[in-house]
Amino acid sequence: MIPEALALSAVLFTIGAIGVLTRRNAILIFMCVELMLNAVNLTFVALSKLYGVTGQVFVVFVMTVAAAEAAVGLAIIIAIFRHGQTVNLKNINLLKG
Amino acid sequence: MRLLALAGFAQVEAGRTLDLSDPASLSFAIMPELVLCAGAMVMLLVAAWRPEGAAHSRRVALGSMVVALLSLVAVLFMQWQGHAAGPGPIAVDGFRWSSDVVFLLATVIAIGLSMDYNTREGINAPESHVLVLLATVGMMVMAGARDLMVLFLGIETMSVAVYVLVGMNRRSARSAEGALKYFLLGAFSTAFLLYGIALVFGATGSTNLSVIGGRIGALSMGDSPMLLVGIALLLVGFAFKLAAAPFHMWAPDVYEGAPTPITAYMAAAVKAAAFAAFLRVFIEAFGHLYESWHAAMWWLAALTMFAGNLIALQQRNLKRMLAYSSIGHTGFLLVAATAATSQVAGAFLFYLLAYTLATMGAFAVIIALGTGEHPRERVEDYHGLWTEKPGIAIAMAVFMLAMLGFPVFGGMGFFAKWYVLQAALDAAAPQFRLAIMLVLATTISAGYYLYVVMVMFMKPRPEQATPLPVVGVMSRAVIYAAVVVLLAFGVFPDPVVRWSRNGTELRPAMPPAAALPVPLGR
Repeated sequence: MIPEALALSAVLFTIGAIGVLTRRNAILIFMCVELMLNAVNLTFVALSKLYGVTGQVFVVFVMTVAAAEAAVGLAIIIAIFRHGQTVNLKNINLLKG
Repeated sequence: MRLLALAGFAQVEAGRTLDLSDPASLSFAIMPELVLCAGAMVMLLVAAWRPEGAAHSRRVALGSMVVALLSLVAVLFMQWQGHAAGPGPIAVDGFRWSSDVVFLLATVIAIGLSMDYNTREGINAPESHVLVLLATVGMMVMAGARDLMVLFLGIETMSVAVYVLVGMNRRSARSAEGALKYFLLGAFSTAFLLYGIALVFGATGSTNLSVIGGRIGALSMGDSPMLLVGIALLLVGFAFKLAAAPFHMWAPDVYEGAPTPITAYMAAAVKAAAFAAFLRVFIEAFGHLYESWHAAMWWLAALTMFAGNLIALQQRNLKRMLAYSSIGHTGFLLVAATAATSQVAGAFLFYLLAYTLATMGAFAVIIALGTGEHPRERVEDYHGLWTEKPGIAIAMAVFMLAMLGFPVFGGMGFFAKWYVLQAALDAAAPQFRLAIMLVLATTISAGYYLYVVMVMFMKPRPEQATPLPVVGVMSRAVIYAAVVVLLAFGVFPDPVVRWSRNGTELRPAMPPAAALPVPLGR
């Protein structure tokens, strides 16, 4: 079971990473990052079968942190939408140089 | 209960080895963090107590500075006591305390600068000062983390607070854009870091740096693909956080968009914290695998030095220029990290102190001269500054020369570069080529540091230039204090050298490999 779970999480992580690099919508990028984090969670859960609870404890921390990050991240996305009526990174380009 | 805990504290005598499995000793070991955390909570309540207003904001800022100074006293007390710690999630050593001193210094300066800046920009946000404190809690946890789980929590505590700080100026679209970029790339890099942690955990069966180091040493796991991929992902994650080329793209945009005091705080403290954690992880846990990661770090250092300094040459916005210069400094520090001897920590801490003072001083000058309508962030705005504000012009020149590493007039900056070079050349595997590149990159950096000095003293002040504002009290205090400290310790560097070297050595961990399930990596 463990190798399969590890392989699946590697695939999920890669899909997430590719999504972050190819998508241009801030919310979609953020969802891809969440996918990456959850792929890591899957790795931790699979490994905790081998090494005991450490992996599971880590998953709880990762989920908590992801929730905090989501709260702050969505607030930032709302702030940027108020300024430009868009969350598309193509149109968000004031800072350059 | 509280009395019992206090009695437990009193029993701990100087220079003991703390047993971290005992709750009283553990809370003693994290006392400075607890002081700062509790203080930040109190200040958060104070900030919410009254309606927003400039006077209230100043009160919260002063309170936050006091809290940071209290924590600094706690750190200095711990450093003076010189305890060590048994196995556990937190390191108790000179490296941690010395790094904490730098973070707290940067915190006090950043809050002071924010007071001036927020008043000027009309940002009525007392909570911004508290967020700086909370970010510092995360940094202090990072510097002390001897467990990847604790490290992760420290990084996130810091990052989440800094995401908000970057977007603090709600009226500015640039501030929001900087926050969005920092948030997306920060979260992305965290995912890499986390996957790296997961794979290292999978290969070695532990998240504790000492146990990981011990197992890697005892089982000679140098060829485990899972471990190597994990280390590579950790390196990428840290490179993002440090803004090392080729993972530096976010830094100039974020530094330009963020409120200037926060930019100063990020360039100094956030970078320092990421570096402290980076050094500890790579030396303590992966020190035995030096051959495996040395080449990657070597390229990272070389690329970062040149990319940062070359692109900085083209910048005409001072904030962006300093952002690229800070990328260049990351490269210089990576040179020391690539050498990976136990003396690296000393050179690193000395550099960090000099760099923090010089960078925050330079940003303080930008804050001091800007007004809401005229941010004065372009180099043209500094033409002929000498004729209008000679004191500030001299101070700015000292900061530029310190970052360049000029002898005498650059103060500590010269010794900082000197010790990094020394660490690179004294290593078991001397880094001759990197040392030569460091000198070359420094020569390149003279192109823009000296340009700023030149325009201040030699160009005439433009006729249509708007009059400069009166410099705020806090900015003035920060600028002149930084100049005095930089120059004084540039002439007498011995106390700082002793402070940065005393008990700060980092060594690869060497405990016996415990009889646990044979890890996947072997």
